[in-house]
Amino acid sequence: MSEEKLYLYPLWLRIWHWTNAFLFLVLIFTGLSLQYAGIESTLIRFDIAVSLHNIAGIILTISFVFFVFANRFTSNSNYYRIKRKGFIKRLLKQFRYYTYGVFIHEPTPFPVSQKRKFNPLQKLSYVMVMYLMMPVIIITGFALLFPEVNLENVFGIAGIYLTDLLHIVTGFVLSVFMIVHIYFCTFGKTVWSNFKSMFTGWH
Amino acid sequence: MIANKYLLLISFLVCSYGIVAYAQDEGEEERVYDYAGENHQCIKCHGHKTFHYYNENLDREFRDRMNPYFIIDSVEYYSSNHWNFSCFDCHSYDYSNFPHPAELRLEPKPGCLDCHGGDDTYEDRSWERIDEEFQKSVHSTKHSEDFTCSMCHNPHSYKINARTNDNIKQTIQYDNGICLSCHADINKYQLIVDFVNPNVLETHAWLPNQALHWQNVRCIECHAEIKEDMLIAHNIQPKEKAVKRCVECHSENSILLASLYKYQVKENRNKLGFFNAAILNNSYIIGANRNYYLNLISLVIFGMVVIVIGIHATIRFIRK
Ligand code: HEC
Ligand code: HEC
Ligand code: HEC
Ligand code: HEC
Ligand code: HEC
Ligand code: HEC
Ligand code: HEC
Ligand code: HEM
Repeated sequence: MSEEKLYLYPLWLRIWHWTNAFLFLVLIFTGLSLQYAGIESTLIRFDIAVSLHNIAGIILTISFVFFVFANRFTSNSNYYRIKRKGFIKRLLKQFRYYTYGVFIHEPTPFPVSQKRKFNPLQKLSYVMVMYLMMPVIIITGFALLFPEVNLENVFGIAGIYLTDLLHIVTGFVLSVFMIVHIYFCTFGKTVWSNFKSMFTGWH
Repeated sequence: MIANKYLLLISFLVCSYGIVAYAQDEGEEERVYDYAGENHQCIKCHGHKTFHYYNENLDREFRDRMNPYFIIDSVEYYSSNHWNFSCFDCHSYDYSNFPHPAELRLEPKPGCLDCHGGDDTYEDRSWERIDEEFQKSVHSTKHSEDFTCSMCHNPHSYKINARTNDNIKQTIQYDNGICLSCHADINKYQLIVDFVNPNVLETHAWLPNQALHWQNVRCIECHAEIKEDMLIAHNIQPKEKAVKRCVECHSENSILLASLYKYQVKENRNKLGFFNAAILNNSYIIGANRNYYLNLISLVIFGMVVIVIGIHATIRFIRK
């Protein structure tokens, strides 16, 4: 291997990431089984699912807050800064690579370096997920945990229903993100190398 | 000019229609309390915490406290189902005397079925069916003599709710109030039995978000056997048969549609595509409210993502 190894994923980040991923899976499965609860068939028994979902949600909140602070006070936050100028152009370039370049073995337009961990698409999606979607799903989740904080009624529809709708839609988008995310993690040197990196820290 | 005339005519018609409609409305709304005067001779004592009477033997006015259980709230009385009743329709004329003659105590009081049995004015209230179901209930089978309809339906204040009240939350509160009048009040409970009533909050500790559930479902949802032909199920079953599985409510075929929301449910899915739409404007029950289109869209999006990834991965693999 000609390039030298980069230490890109500090320990705190790896711990956060796998805790996060695990909780996320728990939340997805319990969440699905609540939403699609049936009399005969349920993935997980309703009351157990409720408890699991609540517990996982609370731990996820803690781990999210941890991520935000850790990211704020370490150099890792540099990777999340988006320079507006030419960003769209760079996005398109990356997009072209994923839809075309990768098939004809072009080199990646934004190779990973100590300065640049994410390509523009990754950067955008991670920022959206971590700083928009996660707050929304956490806040709506807590509103459902303490239903009395919801508006009683919005234009003839129960306020709690709107909260729940937002929660479910965000959850769905995040689930789709996760699948796409996992797929894009196979674009490393080998299919498994990025996953290994997330365990060892070395890219 | 002609246009003006028509305008005048139309506005005249509209106005007169308005007046007629208003008058009709008024006619329906305004209640004439035929027995208010007559009832006052009872209400003047039974409507207040204290009453006074003239003691002929001692030749002076006395003030005394009314037995709190004998107080009849006149506001409730005059808005109840039996608002246009004289006290004497159900009680003996001899109550006009005070002190009330001792033997009146032993006089039987009329039961609901004495009047409502074979009542076809309100046929859909299904009195006989209710009675039948009530006879099967734990209350009646264990304490048939002592436990009558009036234990739950105060003849002086019962106001029909579930059928007429648009505000489901109020109905829930009203109907739960009926059960809690005993199950949260030892004094009334012990009219029936000697032992102490178990604390409902504790016996239902297994139910999470209790406060929320008490506001959004009625006791009878879990405790009464649902009957197709009745709006209000009256067969309170032994506790072993109570609904304990969450999914009975938290699912697409929520039992609430056959009970609490029975009157509202006309169709399962309305124009907007919400499963169990009847529940929506009042609450949101996880599992029971699903949006048909959202379900469809999410499935399609999910499927497309998987397919695109699949194709992408295949091409990558082939071109390796
Ligand atoms: C001067 C006050 C007074 C008036 C007027 C009065 N009551 Fe009473 N009533 C009492 C008191 C005090 C009691 C409880 C003591 C008793 O039973 O005598 C009572 C008890 C009763 C009871 C319960 C009897 C029982 O033990 O179950 C009934 C029923 C009743 N009244 C009906 C009436 C009716 C109907 C009228 C109107 C025609 C009326 N009362 C007028 C003072 C009054
Ligand atoms: C539709 C029938 C009906 C009418 C009308 C009615 N009562 Fe009663 N009343 C009853 C019955 C039945 C009972 C016995 C209740 C029970 O067993 O719990 C009763 C009981 C009572 C009692 C005893 C306290 C109690 O709740 O057990 C009083 C006092 C009383 N009535 C007063 C009145 C007065 C005053 C009026 C008129 C304002 C009136 N009632 C109108 C049916 C009626
Ligand atoms: C003395 C006879 C009598 C007794 C006893 C009696 N009722 Fe009634 N009830 C009537 C009559 C008559 C009406 C119709 C009143 C009207 O339309 O204004 C009525 C109306 C009603 C209605 C209203 C129906 C509707 O949909 O508007 C209900 C509910 C009701 N009674 C329940 C009861 C219950 C429960 C009891 C027993 C606690 C009872 N009644 C005892 C005579 C009686
Ligand atoms: C354990 C308590 C309980 C007993 C006992 C009971 N009911 Fe009810 N009943 C209820 C409740 C709760 C409702 C719902 C009240 C509402 O919202 O209108 C109700 C509603 C009704 C209604 C209105 C139904 C409708 O279609 O709108 C009638 C009529 C009625 N009961 C009659 C009776 C009769 C008659 C008896 C005695 C045979 C009786 N009930 C005994 C609890 C009881
Ligand atoms: C979500 C369904 C549900 C609701 C709502 C509900 N219950 Fe229950 N209730 C149950 C179940 C299940 C049991 C049996 C509990 C057990 O066996 O541990 C029970 C038990 C009881 C018991 C027997 C307690 C004992 O151990 O002796 C009473 C009394 C009771 N409920 C009254 C009420 C009253 C009153 C309300 C309304 C305020 C109510 N319930 C609402 C499901 C419910
Ligand atoms: C007049 C008082 C009274 C009212 C009103 C009342 N209950 Fe009860 N209930 C009792 C008593 C007393 C018992 C205990 C009976 C026994 O064990 O002997 C009981 C028992 C029960 C039980 C337990 C049965 C078991 O298996 O141990 C349930 C469940 C119940 N009630 C539900 C209800 C519901 C639901 C309502 C309202 C619709 C209601 N009750 C209204 C007095 C009442
Ligand atoms: C009798 C029907 C019924 C049963 C049985 C029932 N629920 Fe509920 N549940 C409801 C209703 C109605 C709501 C109210 C939703 C609202 O309007 O906020 C609710 C709300 C909830 C909520 C709050 C959801 C939110 O939006 O914050 C939770 C959690 C919940 N139920 C869990 C359970 C569990 C766990 C069980 C079984 C142990 C259970 N429920 C059994 C009817 C039921
Ligand atoms: C089981 C599911 C998951 C797997 C297998 C997984 C895997 C990975 C891998 C291998 C990387 C390194 C990516 C790279 O080198 O380009 C990574 C990074 C990342 N993942 Fe995940 N992930 C999962 C779930 C999630 C979830 C649910 C989220 C957020 C909601 C998430 C957010 C992130 C973020 C923000 C990074 C960048 C971390 C950084 O370096 O700052 N992941 N993930």
